[in-house]
Amino acid sequence: MPLYLEIIICVLLLIGGVFLLLGSYGLARLPDIFTRLHSPTKASTLGITGVLLSSMVFHSYQNGSLSVNELLITLFLLITAPVAAYMIAKTAIHHETPPLDKTKNAHLVSKIRDRQAPKENDEA
Amino acid sequence: MRVFPMPFHSLLLFVVWLLLNNSVSAGHIVLAAFFAIAIPLFVNGMRDEHPKILKPWRAFRYVLMVMRDILVANIEVAWLIIRPIKHLEPGFVAVPINIRSDLGITILASTVSLTPGTVSAEISKDKQWLYVHALHLEGEADLIHLIKTRYEAPLKEIFGC
Repeated sequence: MPLYLEIIICVLLLIGGVFLLLGSYGLARLPDIFTRLHSPTKASTLGITGVLLSSMVFHSYQNGSLSVNELLITLFLLITAPVAAYMIAKTAIHHETPPLDKTKNAHLVSKIRDRQAPKENDEA
Repeated sequence: MRVFPMPFHSLLLFVVWLLLNNSVSAGHIVLAAFFAIAIPLFVNGMRDEHPKILKPWRAFRYVLMVMRDILVANIEVAWLIIRPIKHLEPGFVAVPINIRSDLGITILASTVSLTPGTVSAEISKDKQWLYVHALHLEGEADLIHLIKTRYEAPLKEIFGC
């Protein structure tokens, strides 16, 4: 395998690994469920994309033909990650999981639970 | 009964099957053709009406823009995770939305989840408000303006609604 390909694969793996590590670190470190949602939906998508791209380059070279199923995996991930995050957020709101104390606009949570508009129906 | 009730989906299934298997051997082509014909016949009755993409070129540019934004948002969120947590100011925001079609709202909500440091949490029953949780909320009005001009306006153009 030529050196420039090895460098490309290494760089992609490193970028992917760093972002996956940061995503997991954020999951462990951030204080409440709503902020924790952000690290798997964002840092991890880029991390996995990096790892999959390096796998694509490696297998394209090894098999002598372009390997594209990694691109499909990335696409599925990009489609499903927001849906999963949405369902987790919805569940947390319905379980009345309290957001962090300093969360701005925390009064919106009760509106979100009932799927009301933020200002109308303000009879609480 | 038509053989191809959903021609676009048939083509998509055919291509995706071949891509997933990384092969164009005769056996996989037959199998892909079988799925491309059989699956649409089964699911045709469960379909909702969706608006057509009016401007494919605009849609292509939107996808490219979102990919670039995902990259930027990833780096921003990574930075927010490393920083001391006491600087973090999370918050909920209600974003008024004008898109009416379900498909448009779904794409907008997914884009918002993937890009600017926000996750969409819920949509009001009247489909007028998108509730968003931001990891670091600096200017509420700025965030609403960003979502409306950068993501909602092109989507409205693409679907014409």
